[in-house]
Amino acid sequence: MAVSLASQTRALSPRRILPGFGLSLGYTVFYLCLLVLIPLSTVFIKAATLSYTQFWAIISDPRTIAAFKLTFGASALAAIVNAFFGLLVAWTLTRYTFPGRRIIDGLVDLPFALPTAVAGICLSAVYADNGWIGRFLAPHHIHVAYTQTGVFVALVFIGLPFVVRTVQPVLQDLETDVEEAAASLGATRAQIFARVLLPTLFPAVLTGFTLAFARALGEYGSVIFISNNIPLQGEIVPKLIMDKLDQFDYAGATAIAVVMLLASFALLLLINLLQWWSRKRLGMG
Amino acid sequence: MADTATRPRLATESLPVRIFLIGVTLIFLALFLGLPLASVFAEAFASGRGPYFEALKDPYTISAIKLTLLTAAVSVPLNVLFGLAAAWAIAKFDFWGKNLLLTLIDLPFAVSPVIAGMIFVLLLGKFSPLGGWLDAHQIKIIFAVPGIILATTFVTFPFVARELLPVMQAQGVEEEQAALVLGATGWQSFWRVTLPNIKWGLLYGVILCNARAMGEFGAVSVVSGKILGQTNTLPLQVEALNDDYNFVGAFAAASLLAMLGLVTLVIKSFVEWRTARNE
Repeated sequence: MAVSLASQTRALSPRRILPGFGLSLGYTVFYLCLLVLIPLSTVFIKAATLSYTQFWAIISDPRTIAAFKLTFGASALAAIVNAFFGLLVAWTLTRYTFPGRRIIDGLVDLPFALPTAVAGICLSAVYADNGWIGRFLAPHHIHVAYTQTGVFVALVFIGLPFVVRTVQPVLQDLETDVEEAAASLGATRAQIFARVLLPTLFPAVLTGFTLAFARALGEYGSVIFISNNIPLQGEIVPKLIMDKLDQFDYAGATAIAVVMLLASFALLLLINLLQWWSRKRLGMG
Repeated sequence: MADTATRPRLATESLPVRIFLIGVTLIFLALFLGLPLASVFAEAFASGRGPYFEALKDPYTISAIKLTLLTAAVSVPLNVLFGLAAAWAIAKFDFWGKNLLLTLIDLPFAVSPVIAGMIFVLLLGKFSPLGGWLDAHQIKIIFAVPGIILATTFVTFPFVARELLPVMQAQGVEEEQAALVLGATGWQSFWRVTLPNIKWGLLYGVILCNARAMGEFGAVSVVSGKILGQTNTLPLQVEALNDDYNFVGAFAAASLLAMLGLVTLVIKSFVEWRTARNE
């Protein structure tokens, strides 16, 4: 009897035989509202109490603009470097064998697993003028720690795994016959890479780039250790928000946070669109 | 996985090109990953083993370790419970607004840690209506341990759900249906059928969630108030010691967190290896 009942219900609604739908969805939505949506809405509610002139005065302040320029500029630059080297790292890790490859492959995720404070403190130690790497740069008047270059270095570290991990699965699933066909038709390796492989890998690289950029925009922990944090010089937006909170300037912090949140949400949307695009491309190709 | 040994000659590069590319990769990774990681331990042991262990006995560092463990011990189970519920609802049932729910679950990943801390100050800080009421009733959340736990739970919110979802989706509903048809109750089928199937995905989510919970800096920094020995977590203690120019202490504390990161990577690789083998 149970079997026939099950098959009957199945014909009606294939997925509602399992119990716990109301409980699990109810709890999910409740917990999501309590912990994420209600707290996040406070930023927008608080921002709505600001007048347009107040809002604009905070956003157009030279210190705010300098922080935005540094944050967006260094994040974009770091994401570009990560797009280039991420593709290279993914390429060598999937296509070539060399001693220690597996360990290095595991180590690529280090920026995900290492607390940002540790990343910051060790990067500033290594890139300081007397550090392991900094001592070779200082004689050439290249100073990394406690400058804007330091901000860039920290953001490269933080964003490193994103491009590697989005490109790697695509590279692994590529069949060799397309490359062989191109080669037998007389294409050089460089031509095959530029005309055959790169167009296939491009959506994944772009997705990884956007993920790394979005992550870099909000990064705080690693940057504040390696930057000088001086307003108008080495101050990133999250540090500026932190400063305003420390001075109980909640209106100022909120106005800047709203701009950052909107940028992040736009990027989140873009990432979803990119992933959809890249799935479609691969499905077709 | 495509392996060089089995790759046709036409579909790979000449040996000098390969060596060059591998060389550039290794140099890049050494500059940005390898040397910084090694420097944590080099700096921590810069004055030898004695001062290292002495630094770890600092009462403020010990209390920071305890607070970090407590925070993870509350945040991680909360997010495991949520992750199980969310993955169950989304993977096993069809309903309207599923994609919206998925996007909302990812939201904390898109929020800067500093803003993640700030929203709780705006909601529960003493200048907010709710915070005023809490203050009047002597309930301390912001600049106290509950605030630290809240902010940590927020930033680690999506981890377990994110890892469980694809596993549960791949698994489908047939096995649970069979269990129910054979007379199992809902909970029995969950404990005996669902849980064993998702255990590796769950472990994966838990260790990632735990690593972030123990290592969170920005969000906790906003809500903690940074009272030494009371509301300082281990990452904040690294900063406090560093600001005091106590570098051996700072790097000793950092070395504990670096080891946490390395252990996380090892377990993560192990789980990936297990799941790849089972496929």
